[in-house]
Amino acid sequence: MALTREEVLHVAELARLSLRPEVVDLLTRQLNDILAYVEKLQEVDTTGVPPMAHAVPVLNVFREDEVAPGLSREEGLANAPAREEGTFVVPRVI
Amino acid sequence: MAADLCRLSINELAPLLSRREVSPVEVTEAYLARIDAIDSELHTYITVDDEGARAQAREAEARLAAGETSPLVGVPLALKDVLATQGLRTTCGSRILESFVPPFDATVCTRLRQAGAVFLGKLNMDEFAMGSSTENSAYGVTRNPWKQDCIPGGSSGGSAAAVAADLCTASLGSDTGGSIRQPASHCGVVGLKPTYGRVSRFGLVAYASSLDQIGPLTKEVRDTALLLNCIAGHDRRDSTAVPEPVPDYLASLGQDIKGLKIGVPQEYFGDGLDPEVEAAVRGALKTLENLGAEIIEVSLPHTEYAVGTYYIIAMAEASSNLARYDGVKYGFRAPGNNLMEMYTQTRTQGFGAEVCRRIMLGTYTLSAGYYDAYYRKASQVRTLLRRDFDQAFATCAVLATPVAPTPAFRLGEKVDDPLTMYLSDIFTISANLAGIPGLSMPCGVSQGGLPIGLQLLGPHFGEPEILQVAYAFEQATDFHRKKPPLP
Repeated sequence: MALTREEVLHVAELARLSLRPEVVDLLTRQLNDILAYVEKLQEVDTTGVPPMAHAVPVLNVFREDEVAPGLSREEGLANAPAREEGTFVVPRVI
Repeated sequence: MAADLCRLSINELAPLLSRREVSPVEVTEAYLARIDAIDSELHTYITVDDEGARAQAREAEARLAAGETSPLVGVPLALKDVLATQGLRTTCGSRILESFVPPFDATVCTRLRQAGAVFLGKLNMDEFAMGSSTENSAYGVTRNPWKQDCIPGGSSGGSAAAVAADLCTASLGSDTGGSIRQPASHCGVVGLKPTYGRVSRFGLVAYASSLDQIGPLTKEVRDTALLLNCIAGHDRRDSTAVPEPVPDYLASLGQDIKGLKIGVPQEYFGDGLDPEVEAAVRGALKTLENLGAEIIEVSLPHTEYAVGTYYIIAMAEASSNLARYDGVKYGFRAPGNNLMEMYTQTRTQGFGAEVCRRIMLGTYTLSAGYYDAYYRKASQVRTLLRRDFDQAFATCAVLATPVAPTPAFRLGEKVDDPLTMYLSDIFTISANLAGIPGLSMPCGVSQGGLPIGLQLLGPHFGEPEILQVAYAFEQATDFHRKKPPLP
């Protein structure tokens, strides 16, 4: 399942990354090396083996739904790259 | 006296503080002076919080004056820069968080503050904890205190090097695939990755959430038990923090290990293991045997698939976790004419090469049509890796293995070859996949003057047995007393 240059550019777009033209070939090669290495897993017979998502399964973690103080608006906005009138500002969408 | 204070472990410093023979202010000043004198060379810190540390030291002073005797009051610690500290910049080694000042503390920080610890500052790391050498930091490399042209290990390279170089009494790091244990090994200190869920991850910047765990790096085993006592336990703000009771980890120290079964997985002693590392680890096994432990051979048959499994799972989780860095609510933002351009430029300029590589790979393996072949397959192999450990621990209390296949390599040696770098984690990543605890401690020094580590692995919540064996080994040897050649 070797990745082509075009697929790498498509994945970059999905990941919201813009690759400089000169790194695309290098990255394609590095990703293919890694994918070739992980191909090794196909050797393992996993018929009927359940997938594992967490090491120590903790099910149905409940707590009382109590009102507790959270971040103030000022604290929430303190790290915003751009803000106005108590809101986050982003470039024009429409 | 001032320089000597910095050499002390928590265990050695705490009685001096509680008897008021030295003051927290004096110890903190000694560390700040030492950081000022030698850290420009080693670069273990990203941020030194002089003023904050002095204020905390004065508070600790007041608590001691009021008669408090908790062993962490006034002890100067430092934190990997992946842990949120209220009001103190937390960069995660990344340009994208260059000016991020968290509005809250990680739970581990809250607990340590309550116990009276002083935080000297934030330690260097591979960007978003992705790396094995700390060379991926956006803030420059950290040098190994034993040999400055070598890497300190990673990703908690700053945390390990700062403890080794006496630039803090102990530190916290995080371990997703070996990021506490491998640098601890390369810098000759003790490092513990607890059982997954033993320590709250609230306030730990996420890399791979099903694998990440916070743990201590210390100068001796007792300090590790002491810090674990403080940071372990359930947290309502992390639903994966297991509500299992927390034992007193100090209670397992000093119990003899006669008749205790220690398993040696044969798969960890094959090709690619440096002969000096093998000799040091075999020597450690001999020491444990002389202390009365029974050494038995065990098998972890799926070991050769661990690296591949790890990188699929970790990168998939990373690509999802790092989607939050979009330049909107916090962190770096690059200008853009529209929203999409702003997102893309922010991420492209904000992330380094290794982070981009992992996001790309994770995005690809999770994309339509590839999920079953990669992520699902890896999650199934993960089950098999866990079963390997379950079977091994049915016959022994702990496992003893090398931590890394070689001593620390030279700066720059593997930086252009990501796959070779990944393979250097081969002995540590299985523990994260299985969620079991693992400890690294010094067991030798190479002819080149670099420390070699011994890894002890236990079953889930087997920290007491690991600490019991580690302490017995430490008492019988003096590797932990060796210091790097520094002023």
